[in-house]
Amino acid sequence: MQAEFKENDFELSGKDILADHADFASEPIWKDILYRFYKRKINIVCLSVILFVIFMAIVGPYLSGRTYEAQIIEHQNLAPRVQGLEKLGIFDGSEKIHYSNGTSAKVNKYRARDDLSNVYYWFGTDVLGRDIFTRVWMGARISLYIAFVAVIIDIAFGLTYGLVSGFVGGAIDSVMQRTVEIINGIPNLIIVTLLIIALKPGLFTITLALMLTGWIGMSRIARAQALRIKEMEYLLASRSLGARAVRLIFVEILPNTIGQIITNMMFSIPNAIFTEAFLAFIGLGVPLPMASLGSLIADAFKSLTTHPYMISFPVGVLVLLMLSFNILADGLRDAFDPTMKER
Amino acid sequence: MAKYIAKRSALAVATLIAIILLLFLLLELMPGSPFNIDKVPFDTRAMIMEHYGLDRPVMERFAKYLANMLKGDFGISYSLSKKTPITALLAIRLPVSIRLGVQAVLLGTIFGLALGMAAAIWHGKAMDTIATVVSVLGVSLPSYVFALTLSYFAGFRFQLAPMLYQASSPIYSSVLPTISLSMFTIATVARFTRTELLEILGSDYMLFAESKGISGAALFFRHALRNALIPIITVLAPLIVALMTGSLVVERIFSIPGIGSLLVSAIQANDYNVIIALSFIYSAMYIFIMLVLDILYGIIDPRIRITKEGE
Repeated sequence: MQAEFKENDFELSGKDILADHADFASEPIWKDILYRFYKRKINIVCLSVILFVIFMAIVGPYLSGRTYEAQIIEHQNLAPRVQGLEKLGIFDGSEKIHYSNGTSAKVNKYRARDDLSNVYYWFGTDVLGRDIFTRVWMGARISLYIAFVAVIIDIAFGLTYGLVSGFVGGAIDSVMQRTVEIINGIPNLIIVTLLIIALKPGLFTITLALMLTGWIGMSRIARAQALRIKEMEYLLASRSLGARAVRLIFVEILPNTIGQIITNMMFSIPNAIFTEAFLAFIGLGVPLPMASLGSLIADAFKSLTTHPYMISFPVGVLVLLMLSFNILADGLRDAFDPTMKER
Repeated sequence: MAKYIAKRSALAVATLIAIILLLFLLLELMPGSPFNIDKVPFDTRAMIMEHYGLDRPVMERFAKYLANMLKGDFGISYSLSKKTPITALLAIRLPVSIRLGVQAVLLGTIFGLALGMAAAIWHGKAMDTIATVVSVLGVSLPSYVFALTLSYFAGFRFQLAPMLYQASSPIYSSVLPTISLSMFTIATVARFTRTELLEILGSDYMLFAESKGISGAALFFRHALRNALIPIITVLAPLIVALMTGSLVVERIFSIPGIGSLLVSAIQANDYNVIIALSFIYSAMYIFIMLVLDILYGIIDPRIRITKEGE
C-alpha cells in the first residue's frame, strides 16, 4: 500500500528564483544581466576598487601639495609617515634596514633631524627626494589612460575590421584575414619594442604601439560573430527590405554581438595596462620625470633591499588594477552569458 | 593533411620574411647611433662607418644582411661587449634562457595539472577555492610582481633560496626565477584542467564507464583525464608568449645571463645589431612553435584542418 503524500512533503525547488520574478512579467535582457552581475559580490568590490583608483588618479596628485617632479634632495629616502596613524606605531616614518648578514636595525629619519619633525610623506620619498604618493597617482593616470586607449582601439579598429571582414566575405575577407595572420605571427613584444626604439619613447609612441597590435583579438571575435549572424533569417528580411551593408553591419549585427564585445573589451584593458607596465619596466616607458606605475617599479627596484616601501606602493596599485579589471571581466562574461562560464 | 602543413609552413616563411624586412627597415630608421656622433671627429666617424660597411648603399647592405642572417651570422655587438660576434654571445646565453623556459613549463604543467585535478575532485570545497584564487592571481598579475615579491621575501629576507643567479649552481639558484616564470602556466593549466574535467566528470559516457564497473583511479585517469587534456593545445599559444615576455623581466630581476636580459641591456645601450638579432631569434622561435602547435592541432582536431583547407 502506497503512503499518502501530505501537503508539506514536497518543497518547491528554485524558490529563490521565483521570488525574484514574483509577478512573472518578462524582464528586459539588460535587467537580467545586471541582476546576474550584482549577484556576484566580488564584482561590486572590484568595481569599487576601480572607481577608487580613478578617483585617486584625478585628485590624488593634488592632495599632498607636492608635485610629481619636485626633487628635495634633503628629503631623500624617507619612509612613509601619516598623520594620526603614526600614533599607532605604523606609518610613523621609521623603517627597518635589513643587512645581508641577517641582522636588522630600526631607524627613523624624521626624528633624527629637527627640520623634519613636521614633514609628512604618506608613501615616503624616493632616492631623489620626490613624493611617492603624488608619483603613484600620476602613474595610475597613465595606466588608466592606457585602459581608455585600449577600449577606443578595440572599437575603432578591431570591431569594425572584424565585422566588415566577416560580413563582406569572399576575396576581401581572405586578404584581410591573411593580413591578420601575418601581423599575429610576429610576436607582439617584438613589434612594440622595435617601434618604440625607432620612434622616441613616450605616451604617443606607446599609444601607437598598442594601436598596431591591440585590435587583433577583438577583430577575430567580431568576425566570428558576423559570420554566425550573417546567415540568420532576420538579416535576410532586413536585406530584402532594402537595407544597405552599413545598416546591416552596425544596426542589425552589432547589437546582437554586444555581450561578447563588451566582455572582450574588458579583457583587453588589463592586457594593455600590462603591456605598458612591462615596457616601462624594461626602460621603454614614458620619459623622465613623468612616472608610470611600471617606471616607478623599475626605479624602486634598484632600492628593493634597502627601502622596500618604495616599490610596494606602485606594485600595490598595479596589482589592485590588474586584479580588479580581470575579475570584473570574468564577472561580466558570466553575466552576459551564463553558459560561457570559465571557458 | 600534407596540403594543410604545406599551407601553414608557407605562411610561416612569409611571416619570417616580413619580419626580416621590418627589422632591416627599422635598423635604417633608428635614431641615434652607438658611435655617439657628436663627439667623434668627422674623419674618425667616416673611418668607423667604412670599417663596419655602413657607407654602402641600402640595397647592397640589405643583400649582405639577408645572406648573413641565413648563414646564422648576426654581425657583431657595437657597444655592449665590443667586437664580440653576436653568435658567440648567443651561444652562451641562449641555452640558459631555454633551460629556464623548459624548467618553468615543466614546473607549471605539473603543478597546474595537480591543482586543476584536485579542484575538480573536491569541487566546491576548500581545494577548489584555493585553485580558483591561484589561477586568478596567476592569470592577472605580470610575472615581475611574483619575481619581485619572491626576490625580496624568499631571496633577501628569509634567505630560502639564492636571490641572484650563480653560474656555479645553475639549478639551485634558478629556483625563484623558475617559480615566478611558471605562475602563469600553473594558473592557465589549472583553470583549463578544472573546467574540462568538471565537464567530463558530469558527462554521460563517464556514467556509462562507471556503470560498466570501472572505478577509482582507472576511471579518473584513463577515461576522464585523458579526454580532458586533448584540447590543452588551445591554451599553449598564450603560454609561450607569456614565457617570452616574462623571460625579459625575470632574467633582469634575478640577473640571469640569458637572452632576455641581453635584450633589455641592448635596448638601454642602443646596441642595434644585438636588438635586431634577438628580435629575429625571438620571432623565429615564436613562429616555429606556433607552426608546430597548429600542425598538432590539425592532427588532433580534423575540423580545423578541413576549414582551413576549404578557405
